[in-house]
Amino acid sequence: MVTAERVWEALAEIPDPEIPVISLVDLGVIRKVAVDRGRVRVEFTPTFLGCPALETMRDAMAARIAALGADPEIDVVLDDSWSTDRITPQGREKLRQAGLAPPAPRGTGPPKLLQLQSKAFRCPYCGSHETKLENIFGPTPCRSLRYCASCRQPFEQFKTI
Amino acid sequence: MSRADLLLPLADDELLLGWRNSEWTGIAPFLEEDVAFSSIAQNEIGHARALYQLVADELGGTADELAFDRSPGEYRCAPLVQLRLPDWADTIARHYLYEVADTIRIESLKGSADAAIAGLAAKIDREEAYHRMHAEMWLERLLATEDSRARLRAALATIWPSALGLLDGELRDRFRERTRDLELDAGTVAVERGEQTGELEELWEEMTMVRRSAPAGAAW
Repeated sequence: MVTAERVWEALAEIPDPEIPVISLVDLGVIRKVAVDRGRVRVEFTPTFLGCPALETMRDAMAARIAALGADPEIDVVLDDSWSTDRITPQGREKLRQAGLAPPAPRGTGPPKLLQLQSKAFRCPYCGSHETKLENIFGPTPCRSLRYCASCRQPFEQFKTI
Repeated sequence: MSRADLLLPLADDELLLGWRNSEWTGIAPFLEEDVAFSSIAQNEIGHARALYQLVADELGGTADELAFDRSPGEYRCAPLVQLRLPDWADTIARHYLYEVADTIRIESLKGSADAAIAGLAAKIDREEAYHRMHAEMWLERLLATEDSRARLRAALATIWPSALGLLDGELRDRFRERTRDLELDAGTVAVERGEQTGELEELWEEMTMVRRSAPAGAAW
């Protein structure tokens, strides 16, 4: 008999398709798991709406749940319930170790350019705050590019959303 | 107002502008802008997909059918997003004015009584914050030297009538209000939605080509 706990465990083994150091559970995109006898319903919130990994994530979840012998139903929730604040502390640490600076906490208002241009962001390699914004956009919608003047390394910064 | 009437103009704007923005991939003035415009294009097309989905939930059918199976005359996008703008100053003028107008439109949708619309608008707004910053940064940069300022001013004046067509009624008044600092012509008559530019057809051909040529039942 499949339990919600087993489903959470299985989903925690699915890596993010674009940042494989972190799992979908660490990323905080799974909002709810409901088990009704052999049926498992998962509420899933995309990080960015244009994220091309959306289908891959949905299919990977469905396949894992099917492998547990249950009938999966993955509901994509298109509202504002996902935030980078939902990334777990373990997830943040894994991102940092992979050279991807974890996101700053969500503020009360939208982020401002002056903030991004400030030195408030730490280099994931050396910990220095001597970093500057190189590009608001990066290789995927969720990242921007910064440069650390202390260790002279460019690095990727997870955007706050 | 039905979801289709409320959201299709916006979804079509986002889809078409996403395509136009993606035309800079590989040929923007420098590499960082290749990345930025590609990323912005990807976000806009993602917003279009989500908006089409809400409309499809009401009308039946799928987001892809709404995006690609209509004839060019059935799109409700504003003339602004149809324009092919190979000049960088024109592109930045459109980018900036579009972001200002889009902010006003999204703010209004966040107050919708339809919880699905309000929720999606709030999510889109968070992503758009980064587009706005990018547009502001470029406006500032191009206003900084005499030559670039003159080119940007000329581009803003050219783009302004089509930009006004993005919004109507009270939202359009708000748009004029929020762009007052740019000293654009207050008497300008908008190029309204429904007035085709002639450039839509060509873009539509390209945008729908794969879907039209794929055999029935093809999956990706």
